[in-house]
Amino acid sequence: MKTDMVIAGVGGQGILSIAAALGSAALDNNLHMKQAETHGMSQRGGDVQSFMRISDKPIYSDLIPKGGADIILSVEPMEALRYLPFLKKGGYVVANSSPFINIPNYPNEEELVKTIEALPNYVLIDADEIAKEVTGSTRAFNFVMLGAASPFIDVPFEYLEEGIRKIFGRKGEDVVKMNIDALHAGRKFSQDNK
Amino acid sequence: MQKSLLLGVEAIAQGAIDAGMSGVYAYPGTPSTEITEYIQHSKLAAERKIHSEWSANEKTAMETALGMSYAGKRSMVCMKHVGLNVAADCFMNAAITGSNGGMLVTIADDPSMHSSQNEQDSRVYAKFAMIPILEPSNQQEAYEMTRFGFELSEACGTPVMIRITTRLAHSRAGVTPASDIVAENELCLPEDKQRFVLLPSIARKRYKVLLGNQANFDAASEDSPYNQYFEGKDKSLGIVACGIAYNYLMENYPNGDCPFPVLKLSQYPLPRTKVTKLVEECDKVLVLEDGYPVVEEMLKGFLENDKVIGRLDGTLSRDGELNPDMVGAALGFEVVEGMPVPEMVAARPPALCVGCHHHDVYKALNEVIAEYGEGRVFSDIGCYTLGALPPYRAINAVVDMGASITMAKGAADAGLIPSVAMIGDSTFTHSGMTGLLDAINENSPITVIISDNESISMTGGQKSSAKGKLEDICAGLGVHPDHIHVYTSLPKKHDDVKDIIRKELDYQGVSVIIPRRICVQKNVRDQKIKKALKKAAAKA
Repeated sequence: MKTDMVIAGVGGQGILSIAAALGSAALDNNLHMKQAETHGMSQRGGDVQSFMRISDKPIYSDLIPKGGADIILSVEPMEALRYLPFLKKGGYVVANSSPFINIPNYPNEEELVKTIEALPNYVLIDADEIAKEVTGSTRAFNFVMLGAASPFIDVPFEYLEEGIRKIFGRKGEDVVKMNIDALHAGRKFSQDNK
Repeated sequence: MQKSLLLGVEAIAQGAIDAGMSGVYAYPGTPSTEITEYIQHSKLAAERKIHSEWSANEKTAMETALGMSYAGKRSMVCMKHVGLNVAADCFMNAAITGSNGGMLVTIADDPSMHSSQNEQDSRVYAKFAMIPILEPSNQQEAYEMTRFGFELSEACGTPVMIRITTRLAHSRAGVTPASDIVAENELCLPEDKQRFVLLPSIARKRYKVLLGNQANFDAASEDSPYNQYFEGKDKSLGIVACGIAYNYLMENYPNGDCPFPVLKLSQYPLPRTKVTKLVEECDKVLVLEDGYPVVEEMLKGFLENDKVIGRLDGTLSRDGELNPDMVGAALGFEVVEGMPVPEMVAARPPALCVGCHHHDVYKALNEVIAEYGEGRVFSDIGCYTLGALPPYRAINAVVDMGASITMAKGAADAGLIPSVAMIGDSTFTHSGMTGLLDAINENSPITVIISDNESISMTGGQKSSAKGKLEDICAGLGVHPDHIHVYTSLPKKHDDVKDIIRKELDYQGVSVIIPRRICVQKNVRDQKIKKALKKAAAKA
């Protein structure tokens, strides 16, 4: 059992909550995990990434080697492409289709979609829209994304639910339910569209 | 014991709390900030009343930690690598006084400059001060070595450096805590009542003590459980893997089957017996270290022993953070990259937040400066450094904490009049005040803009030492009250602000302009906390 995943996005989009849920799930089930993340200057609207590694064997490096990632999970379409050198042959790109445009030279959106659709293995999902449909707000779009990536993560799906329960438990059952609903909706989309 | 999911910096923080530390002293700086923040939020630390308030700068932090150590208690000072430049005076001399209660100097280096202006390697500083270094390779070691460090400090009577780099600082893993928690030290003054008095006559004696202590540091490194020699059958290469570099080495041997002898090094000075064994039994020695080629240079020597390879001969890049691919390539493995990055992927540099008041300051400043000619704005370290990037390109220098004011003064001395300093509130109290005093004493024609967002924002909104004090400090230092302007920074005041800036640029003396509006991020966090407190109060 081993999954190496690059989680990508833009500073402020909250990719760290995805990593936190996964990390908590891994730890509670006695799996090894390492998760390297970006702090500091880039968090001001720059590109950020987290390297997430889960395994039933000890993990050495906090960084994933090039060509080593099973999944690139990106909460923003262009950011998914930035980490392609890390993707393993046969690995999956799971990307949110809603762009986060805070630079003047953001690529043409149609071409961006075409480029992603030309990848051998991808799931392109409008996580903001699905989150809104299922939970009434876009807040849980991160967990729609984690759900969409879940079929490719070599960790039992229940663990991910447990992880969400653990990190949001303090905020009450409503918040837990919203994020778990988002997780299921993302998973379903992925299973139907991969 | 139940494992906790901790960042490397948090593991150090928890390790320090569990080791009976009585106080942490720090100024925020990526990647070191979360050590202190973790302690500020720790239940046990609160119960024990462990000191964790922010210091005004790294120098005051180091000195205060030394004072706590003098009084017999365990203290830790933490900062980013460039912070040690600020604290270097005390740091170097604390090696001479020695410590009483255990004292740890925890430094987070930033190779590849993810959030810094250089990639200086703090191991050079520790070698300069002649004190031991601990360099953990993972989160569990970071936790354990913090306690070990306090014990080593007390056993040798010296401050000990813990050196980590960004990657370990900001990577999370499960950490198993110790089964016991150490009690804090009692108040206990040093037996030798004079040893902290560094008069030359005493300092000379204390320096001999430090020199004599080197043999103890050597012995501690030889015996250290953190310096491990792993035998290997293939003696064509021996590998020294320092700190986190060990992980990148082993990543290339996922089954743990590295054929070469490996010295896993996490405690300095270098353990002579182990290093000698490796060099003698292997044809070549590859040194893997994150940061400068410190160990490599020592082994290679001035006469360039070509048996030693690493960053100096091009086997590894001379600069930048190590990673598994660089190490793999050095070991002769082929790096198989995934797909190339498509050309359409644009750089996404960090930027000032939407609604941040630094926008308003730069808009007004740029328009006025255009009337005087470019090249005269000296800035400083903080969010407003982003004013260097488009769309503003408003600043011409950023060097170190506080340099805006003094560089503006130097440029004015040279005849660049008017010169402008652009500095933030906490950077001003960190290291700007003394420079302002220099300018006041000579009535230099400079205009200092202290863009006040009432927090240390770039590192996450920590409490600013300057809060509510700026105009009083400036007046107290001697800026004429007619030339101190404080206003609430809002877009609608654009034209008024331009008038103020223009008027003060024309004034042939020191002026201070303080645009003030709380950081937008800090404001959101504050409102959330307020709401939560209100909710809790309503429930009660």
